[in-house]
Amino acid sequence: MERPTVHELSLCHAIAGVVKPYAAGRRVDVVRVQVGALRQVVPESLSFCWTLVRDHEDMPEAELELEFVAAEVDCRGCGQHSEITSRWTVCCPQCESSDVEVVRGNEFLVTSLEVT
Amino acid sequence: MGRFHRHDDGTVHDHDHDHGDHTGYATGSERVEVLEAIFAENDTRADINRRAFETNGIRALNLMSSPGSGKTTVLAATLDELSGDISVGVIEGDIATDLDAAKLGGRGAQISLLNTNNGFGGECHLDAPMVNRALQGLDLPALDLVVIENVGNLVCPAEFDVGEHAKAMVYSVTEGEDKPLKYPVMFRSVDVVLLNKIDLVPYLDADVETYVARVREVNPGATILPVSARTGEGMSDWFAWLRRFAAATD
Repeated sequence: MERPTVHELSLCHAIAGVVKPYAAGRRVDVVRVQVGALRQVVPESLSFCWTLVRDHEDMPEAELELEFVAAEVDCRGCGQHSEITSRWTVCCPQCESSDVEVVRGNEFLVTSLEVT
Repeated sequence: MGRFHRHDDGTVHDHDHDHGDHTGYATGSERVEVLEAIFAENDTRADINRRAFETNGIRALNLMSSPGSGKTTVLAATLDELSGDISVGVIEGDIATDLDAAKLGGRGAQISLLNTNNGFGGECHLDAPMVNRALQGLDLPALDLVVIENVGNLVCPAEFDVGEHAKAMVYSVTEGEDKPLKYPVMFRSVDVVLLNKIDLVPYLDADVETYVARVREVNPGATILPVSARTGEGMSDWFAWLRRFAAATD
């Protein structure tokens, strides 16, 4: 495996850190996380690491639900709005200009929880 | 057991929960809106570090790379160059040893060593709270520039703001010209790339232009400086970049 899973492990600790104050001692059943395509997150690794971390973080029932967000840019060159399908470049797919504003794809946030 | 799914096989899926049928629940569950960035806490702490730098008139640089890129060698040459001219502090991130800190000693800079092996098998990056701890080891009012030498890793350090004013990376030609495409988040995040070990290009299959072009594909705006920390070739351009950076006040 080219990438270290330890990365997703530290991300899971960060997710738990966000969740805890909102859970305020209640049992956490579901954690919903939004992940942008430009984030360096391997979903399979994140889900696996979560099964390790949730026990340490006193939320063993918490299920992680991931919502993916495609990358989108506004091009200042040609004025077009485009979805980006390349993994590495965010240049405008219409005119190949690099003068773009990334409007979606950098998301990495906890959107909501289910608690009991 | 209702919706207690384990995802040990890594399965990721969307599914609607029937909130009317929570078998085994004494009471119904409640939805809590969060909408909080997962790095929010780190970013808040990073801003505290940045303010500490700025209060003391310091510019801070986050220096990243893969292991073995020559980052510490570049930094040693840099300290020799700036010694007596610009007061430099180095925060040295290292998983378990003080080997790099020893290599940087005696060059006129303050060194604050930060071992990261307290985490789960050794943290793979520096985060803002760790750098905050390392600041205690530096006499900030005496410094003009702080270089934060991150842990050698092309993945994790790119995600964590530690309070720097710019990000630099050392990328050596021996790593192969495909690395910007494999680690785009890191390459996209940096302001300057030192393309190191160019003295070895004659022994490789790609020329400097190919490496530069691959970096440009991912990060068109980055400053790219081909250098050899070993022979000194190109290093004057890096020193000039760093002097301009240290003198800037934005």
